[in-house]
Amino acid sequence: MPADTRLLDDESRALVDMVRDFASQEAAPAAAGYEASGEDPIELYRKLAELDLTGVPFPEEYGGAGASYLTYLLVVEELAAAYLALAIGLSVHTLCAFAIHTFGTDAQRKELLAPLARGEMLGAYALSEPEAGSDAGSLATRAERRGDSYVLNGRKVFCTRGADADLLLVMARTGGPGPRGISSFVVSKGSQGLVGERKEDKLGWRSSPTWMLGLTDLVVPESRRLGEEGDGFRIAMASLDSGRLGIAACAVGLAQAALDAAIAFTTEREQFGAPVAHQEGVRFMLADMATQIEAARRLYRHGAALRDAGHPYTLQAAQAKLFATDVAMRVTTDAVQLHGGYGYITEYPVERYMREAKGLQIVEGTNQIQRYVIGRALTEGA
Amino acid sequence: MNIVVCVKYIPDPNVPNEMDGKTLKREGVQGVLDPGDEYGVEAALQLKEQHGGEVTAVSMGPEGAIEAVRRALSMGADRGVLITDPALHGADALVTATVLAAAIARNPFDVVIAAVESTDGYTGTMPMTMAELLGVPQLTFVNEIVSSGDAFRVHRQTPEGYHVIECPTPLVLTVTAGINEPRYASFKGIMAAKKKPTETLSLADIGLTPEDVTVQQDVVDLHEVEESRETELVRGDDAVARIVDYLAEAKVI
Ligand SMILES: Cc1cc2nc3c(=O)[nH]c(=O)nc-3n(C[C@H](O)[C@H](O)[C@H](O)COP(=O)(O)OP(=O)(O)OC[C@H]3O[C@@H](n4cnc5c(N)ncnc54)[C@H](O)[C@@H]3O)c2cc1C
Repeated sequence: MPADTRLLDDESRALVDMVRDFASQEAAPAAAGYEASGEDPIELYRKLAELDLTGVPFPEEYGGAGASYLTYLLVVEELAAAYLALAIGLSVHTLCAFAIHTFGTDAQRKELLAPLARGEMLGAYALSEPEAGSDAGSLATRAERRGDSYVLNGRKVFCTRGADADLLLVMARTGGPGPRGISSFVVSKGSQGLVGERKEDKLGWRSSPTWMLGLTDLVVPESRRLGEEGDGFRIAMASLDSGRLGIAACAVGLAQAALDAAIAFTTEREQFGAPVAHQEGVRFMLADMATQIEAARRLYRHGAALRDAGHPYTLQAAQAKLFATDVAMRVTTDAVQLHGGYGYITEYPVERYMREAKGLQIVEGTNQIQRYVIGRALTEGA
Repeated sequence: MNIVVCVKYIPDPNVPNEMDGKTLKREGVQGVLDPGDEYGVEAALQLKEQHGGEVTAVSMGPEGAIEAVRRALSMGADRGVLITDPALHGADALVTATVLAAAIARNPFDVVIAAVESTDGYTGTMPMTMAELLGVPQLTFVNEIVSSGDAFRVHRQTPEGYHVIECPTPLVLTVTAGINEPRYASFKGIMAAKKKPTETLSLADIGLTPEDVTVQQDVVDLHEVEESRETELVRGDDAVARIVDYLAEAKVI
């Protein structure tokens, strides 16, 4: 049972129908193959661009579709239900585009946001470093001012799309220690001094490239700095607030796919003379899975509604990310369990779903960090 | 080129159908644009891309059928027309053809496109009747448009292969599912559809009276299709060859 669309407006429902058609006919059948080979599904990103899905929440004057963030998240959820790594790719791309849209000048939006929104370019986000993961404010990559340019030196890790991205949002230190010394820059693919040092092999999301990047005397013109010097950490965190809703939507889509697979399997598979879904023990598991998924869906949609209405939503985004990704982990694990031995072999998709869920609990702030963010908001204010 | 495409709003074929007496239950059922009509819309859009002009999507149905029209608009059609009237409840194929012909005849057209048959009724007679009422020739079972313009040259699918037929415009053309790969509506297409002109017309608006649309068809009885669950296991060294033969016999390959 896919997400209920009865309360959506006509346009959103038409959009969800379209994305479902595309996802079920083109993305879902290709997912297992790409995940097995680790090949980047660049063809599918091109199709997303043709369908105007690479810039859903950005204004039309900058190449976007001019829709709400909630609408964009509906797209992410549907794609994730078919092919998680593709939805993750879109979510990270949007993270980069969001930063340019929100903190860029009009000239930067025209030059950089428009091609991202139209899907002619794909974006990436480079914050994490070998010694600065959860404590991103301690990052070490330097950006030295030289005339009207900056020279960047350092190393970034775990960068989704990374060396394959057309535009990279890079956080680097222009000032003293701590978050206030950080600035952010938009770096183009192929810039001299930007090197993809290693593409990681991973538990899941294997067709979403994850790069270790070396930055050596990388020259970035001042015109590519987003915001003022020292704004970088604020930009990075604001982007993550927004991105976390995307990760939550990914988690809900993935969990829904796992539940749907579990329902299909248990109503078909017979033991003790009847479908195993006739067993109360099985039904209760399905009931808990479905209920948790719906609660997770409401959380991310609530965060999105606050965001679209212009309210602060840091707390709600962290709650949605925490809850939805933990739900995805539990639900995908239970889906494997409900498939018995068939869940453990690669012929069925649920073992992949379970591997994929783990990554969602780690990226864009581990779930420990989400609790940290939530706890701080509760006790110190957001 | 003035292109008209007929689009039907039908109960979602992916959901098991329910009967309401001797007609299909339509109220309170999630509807969609007939998947067969997507090929017609795609064919219409391709003709427009080649020749310029305008694509008008026409539907007869309950008020909700505007959804089917809107779907065609979001794929790229330029304008939509829905004929809806309480007197049309339970319309048969002849009535549908009468209504669509009357609506279409109000404006000059070069080609009217429809699917070979609908996915809910399957009578497969509406387009021919409509052509007759419009007084224009018809090209049916078209799986390829070889050339188009003042005249059309098409391949008409037959059980053995195809006929090559030529015909001057204006004409009615029915398309099979093999003719093209329908495009998805893009998101901007979906949003633009809202702003495109649509007309909702009553019987009186197209110059017909309730007498003109009296249903003459009588559905005498309905039977469920008997499901055959016979399975034949093909084993042995010649299994592949036998399966290929079987598929060829079934005209799947
Ligand atoms: C597949 C993948 C894709 C990624 N994509 C990107 C990307 O595109 N861009 C990018 O910048 N980064 C990306 N990351 C990096 C990701 O954001 C980090 O891995 C994450 O923030 C955690 O940092 P770390 O790995 O250094 O773990 P650490 O911070 O070293 O954490 C180790 C453990 O300690 C816990 N911990 C740390 N601090 C605290 C605390 N204060 N309280 C309680 N527990 C704590 C953590 O929760 C974790 O369990 C990606 C990671 C993966 C796996």
